[in-house]
Amino acid sequence: MADKFISVEGITRRFPAPGGGTTTVFEDLWLSMARGEFTCIIGHSGCGKTTVLNILAGLDRPSSGTVIVDNQAIEGPSLDRAVIFQSHALLPWRSVMGNVAYAVTSKWRAHRREQVAAQAQKFIDLVGLTGSEHKRPAELSGGMKQRVGIARALAIEPKIMLMDEPFSALDALTRGTLQDEVRRICLETGQTAFMITHDVDEAIYLADRIMLMTNGPEAVLAEVVENPLPKDRKRSDIHKHPLYYGVRNHIIDFLVARSRNFVTEMAGQQHDRRNIPVVRPGAPGPVVATEMLMPVPAPRPSLAQGRALTAQNQPGRNR
Amino acid sequence: MSQSLTLRAALVSLVIFGLFVTAWHLATMGTGPAVEMDPEYAKLVGATATQGKSAMPGPLDVAQKIWEHLKNPFYDRGPNDKGLGIQLAFSIARVLTGYFFAVLVAIPIGFLIGMSPIMNRALDPFIQVLKPISPLAWMPLALYTIKDSSLSSIFVIFICSVWPMMINTAFGVASVRREWLNVAKTLEVGTLRRAFTIILPAAAPTILTGMRISIGIAWLVIVAAEMLVGGTGIGYFVWNEWNNLSITNVITAILVIGLVGMLLDQILARATRLVTFPE
Repeated sequence: MADKFISVEGITRRFPAPGGGTTTVFEDLWLSMARGEFTCIIGHSGCGKTTVLNILAGLDRPSSGTVIVDNQAIEGPSLDRAVIFQSHALLPWRSVMGNVAYAVTSKWRAHRREQVAAQAQKFIDLVGLTGSEHKRPAELSGGMKQRVGIARALAIEPKIMLMDEPFSALDALTRGTLQDEVRRICLETGQTAFMITHDVDEAIYLADRIMLMTNGPEAVLAEVVENPLPKDRKRSDIHKHPLYYGVRNHIIDFLVARSRNFVTEMAGQQHDRRNIPVVRPGAPGPVVATEMLMPVPAPRPSLAQGRALTAQNQPGRNR
Repeated sequence: MSQSLTLRAALVSLVIFGLFVTAWHLATMGTGPAVEMDPEYAKLVGATATQGKSAMPGPLDVAQKIWEHLKNPFYDRGPNDKGLGIQLAFSIARVLTGYFFAVLVAIPIGFLIGMSPIMNRALDPFIQVLKPISPLAWMPLALYTIKDSSLSSIFVIFICSVWPMMINTAFGVASVRREWLNVAKTLEVGTLRRAFTIILPAAAPTILTGMRISIGIAWLVIVAAEMLVGGTGIGYFVWNEWNNLSITNVITAILVIGLVGMLLDQILARATRLVTFPE
């Protein structure tokens, strides 16, 4: 990829193991994201997704390797990288306005009170919480709390938004609405976003690219799935798109079996950690731009299809 | 429902109080004149022997005494005869002074212990040894070094209020939720601002609970301390009235000590409620 807005370069994270020695969560991990891109990372629990996100956020440090954001190696947490926490992490003694304003004053220390309030209000309105500014988090539903979390993250106008399973604690209906909101906001503002999820449908709906991670410890980034669905996809008819089940099955197939067997699958073949194979399930060939517009002859989903396509997309074919 | 519950509970409280006072009254009523004796001799042996009057004052005697004190709480007739109000004022002033310095010392050190695992480990043995020492055990040392009885009792209050506050502050600060600290980190909030805007509000309920425990202990200790050092204060008043064998005054003082203790506790309970946040 030409535009490496965010570039994770060979990071390794090791933890001291209980019985002496170390546990390697992942080793020599490379990935990159373009400006304005929405990236999801999928993998089973314990594969180190959250560690990757924490390193991107600056809350954790890699044992080796660097992360470069906008041509600068990161040193720690930064206001350029906003985090939306799974547990929303609102300050319960502050109101909705207080929580968002806290972030705003953290970014612009010299702002006057009205400027802070105006900036906070703008993002409270954006997430649809107008009228609830003075409520405490305890008075809000789970979905509304996460909206505040999103408003707080966006209000500092970050270069990238990092989300750690932001919707996993919500009921299905609320989750759907919030996914719509996040998608709308990211499209409107051109926000670069990186999200951890367990939910395949969520990833397909939101992400431009979906990164698949094998099981930990010593997890590797197996492949990058480029979302073949059109940019203007709608939740209401996304599942009717001819390519939908191809993508979905490919990812589920990965999660069910390949995430576990990836090492044996790759035996004898070179898995270039720097150039992760890019897969475009549903699209027959490596030249994809035109194919997308063509009617796909056999949209019938099958597990075999997903696997066959992977085999087609060996490293080197897509660049 | 809850209102009627409060009402019924109040009613039961009143009944219990009534029963207690009646029992007290009946038990201290006396038996009436016992034996005929020479009036000169009767004067010498006292009312208990001559009229069978109880040695223990009854509720009416105590009520009368309280009324006397209420009518004139602030009189001052020399070092051994001051109004109950003055004595209480001395005690409260000592407690508040010692307590104030304890707050100044305990909360910053508690913050330090809570925020720094090294200081936590390093100071732990000192706290563990100093905490269980009865505050009055410090009294001779305080008298010897400070050479002032009033200041010594303030020091004793200080030393007994410091520990619960320090330990609670350290605990509250150390158990601030990781995610709130992470919020501060991702927002690049500096150490001082983090301490005041995240840690302090998050730990405030725990800190105030410690302060509430401390004020209770301080009020317990001041009575004992003043009995030792003498001069002024409600503790001295109790001991002085014991020497006067005025049991009525002793009972009155006991009641007043309880009421003031309750008041101090309630003030801090209110303050705790103010800083408690619903989650």
